[in-house]
Amino acid sequence: MRTYEDVEKLNKKRRRMGQMCTIGSLTGILAVTSAVFLLPVIFTFTNSFMSASEIGANYGAVFATTKTGGRVFISETVNLKFIPDLVTFQQYVTVLFRSPAYLFKFWNSVLYVAPIVIFQLFVAALAAYGFSRERSLAKEIIFFGYIILMLMPYQVTLVPNFLVSRFLHIVNTHWAIWLPGIFSPFAVFLLTKFMRRIPSGVLEAARIDGAGEWQIFSQIALPLCKGGLASIAILIFIDYWNMVEQPLVLLENEDMHPLSVFLSKINAGEISLAFAVAVIYMVLPLLIFLYGEEYLVEGITYQGGIKG
Amino acid sequence: MRGSAVTVRNMKRTDREKLRSWLFLAPSLIGVTLFFVAPFFVVLFYSVVNNPVQHEFVGLSNYFRVGKNEAYRLASWNTLRFSLTAVPLAVFLSLFTAVIMEAKLPCKSLFRSCLLSPMMVPVASIVLIWQVLFHYNGLINSIFGARIDWLKSEHAQLVIVLLFIWKTLGYNMILFMAALASVPKDLIEVARIEGAGRFSVFFTIKLRYLSATILFVTIMSVLNSFKVFRETYLMTGEYPFDSLYLLQHFMNNTFISLDYQKLSAAAVMMSLIIVVLVGVLFVTEDRFGRDIED
Repeated sequence: MRTYEDVEKLNKKRRRMGQMCTIGSLTGILAVTSAVFLLPVIFTFTNSFMSASEIGANYGAVFATTKTGGRVFISETVNLKFIPDLVTFQQYVTVLFRSPAYLFKFWNSVLYVAPIVIFQLFVAALAAYGFSRERSLAKEIIFFGYIILMLMPYQVTLVPNFLVSRFLHIVNTHWAIWLPGIFSPFAVFLLTKFMRRIPSGVLEAARIDGAGEWQIFSQIALPLCKGGLASIAILIFIDYWNMVEQPLVLLENEDMHPLSVFLSKINAGEISLAFAVAVIYMVLPLLIFLYGEEYLVEGITYQGGIKG
Repeated sequence: MRGSAVTVRNMKRTDREKLRSWLFLAPSLIGVTLFFVAPFFVVLFYSVVNNPVQHEFVGLSNYFRVGKNEAYRLASWNTLRFSLTAVPLAVFLSLFTAVIMEAKLPCKSLFRSCLLSPMMVPVASIVLIWQVLFHYNGLINSIFGARIDWLKSEHAQLVIVLLFIWKTLGYNMILFMAALASVPKDLIEVARIEGAGRFSVFFTIKLRYLSATILFVTIMSVLNSFKVFRETYLMTGEYPFDSLYLLQHFMNNTFISLDYQKLSAAAVMMSLIIVVLVGVLFVTEDRFGRDIED
C-alpha cells in the first residue's frame, strides 16, 4: 500500500530528475554559446603560430587586393585551420624584430590611451566629488547635460571636436585625441554614481574633525571608491584602445594612427604577420579582463538605470 | 528624518563650502564647455548659414540639402535598418541568457567570463577571422552550403549584426542579471506557494521589475548601434558595399570634402534624435519606477 509519504518521495524523485534534465540542457546551451564566443580569439591565437607560407596558402585569397584597394575573387578555397601544420614563432620574430612599423603603431596606441585613462579619471574624480557634494538644482541640470553628452555618438561629437581642434591648431597632433578624451563626460557620470553612495555622515565627520575639502576628497572620498575607479579605468581603456573614428577624422598623418586603425590596412603582402600583431594587440586588454573582471562587472552594473 | 538632516546641513552650509564644491567641478566644466558645448553652438550656427566665411543666414536650407542628399539617405536608411534588426535581437538574446544564468548551474562564473570576454577583445584583432569566416570560400558558406560573398552582398548587414551581438551580449546580460537579482525574493516565493508556474512568475512579476532595465538596455543598444561603424570600417574599409554605408561613413566623407554646413546640419539632426531617445528613457524610467514603488 502506498502511503502519502511514498507518493511524496516518488514525486520528489521525479521532480529532481526533471530538474537534472533542465540543468543539463541549459548548461549545454551555455557551454556551446561560450565556445562559439571564444572561437575568434582562439583561432587568432593558434593561427599566430603558423608559418608565412601556410598562412598565404590558407588565407591568401581573402586578402588579395586590386590596385585600387578593392578585394578580388580568387577561386581558391579558404581554409580556416585550427592547428598549424608547423608551430613556429616566425611571425612574432618578424613583428618584434624586423617590422618596426607595427611596434611603432602599438606604441602610438599606448601613447594615446595611457594619458586619457589617467587624466580623464583625475578630472572626473574632481567633478564627481563636486557633483556629489552640496547638491543643488543647477548641478542637477548640468549633470543631466553630461548624461546627454555622454550618450552622443561620435557622428555628433566629432564635428565640434574637429572645429575646436582646428581653432586651437592641434589637428594632426596628439592633443587632438588627448584633450577631448580627457574631458569626456563618461567617467564623470559613473564616478558620480559611486561617490553619491558614500554616506554623507562619513564626510561630515571628517569635516568636523577639521579636515579641509581637499583632504576629504583625496583621503576619504577617493579611497572609498577605489573599486569604482578601477572599473571605470577598464571601461575607458577598452573604449580608447579600440578607437577608430577619432584618428580617422583628427589625424591626417597615417604615421600617427594607432594600431587599431593600422591593423585593418594590412594588405596581401603582410598578412602573414596579421595574426601575430592581432594577438599582441589583444594581450593587454585580455590580461586586464582576467585580472579585473569583477571590477568590470561592478562598473557595468552601476551603469544600469541612468539616474540611480 | 531626511528633511531634518537637510535643514541641519542647510544651517551649516556656508557660501564658501558651496564655492569649493564648484571649484572641484571647474576643470571638467571648462573642458566640456571648450570641447563639446561651445563648438556645438558653432555647429548650430554653421548649420543655418550659407558658408563659414560669409555667414549669410539661409534658414533650414542646409537641412533640406542634407535630407535630399542620396548618400545621406542611404546612410541613414542603413543605420536605421541595422538598429531595427540588431537591437531587438540583442535585447532578447541577452535577456534570455540572463534568465538561463539565473538557474543553479555548474561553472556559471566561467560561462559569464566567456560571454563577457568579447567586450574586451579589440575589434581590430578579430576582424581577420571574421573576414575568413564570411568569405566567399569561407567556413560559413562551406558549413551551410551557401554561395554568398557575405560582406559584398545584400546580406552584409547580417555579418555586422552577428559581430554586434557577439560584442554586446555579455554587457547586456550583466545588466539583466543585476536587475533579476534585485527582484524581491519573498514576492516570488509567495507567488510560487500560491501555485504560479515558472513562466507566469516570469511574465507577471519579473518582467514588471525588469521593464526599466529592458528600456535602458534597448536605448543603450540603439546608441551602441550607431557606433558599429568601427566594426564595419575595420572589416570593409572606406568604401564598403552599399548596404554597409553608414552615417559615420557619410560624416567622414563630408569631413574630407570640408562641407561644414552639411556636416553641421547632419550632426544637429542626429543630436536631436539622441535627445528624443534620452527623453523617452527618462520619462519612462520615472513612470516605471513609480509603478513599482506603489
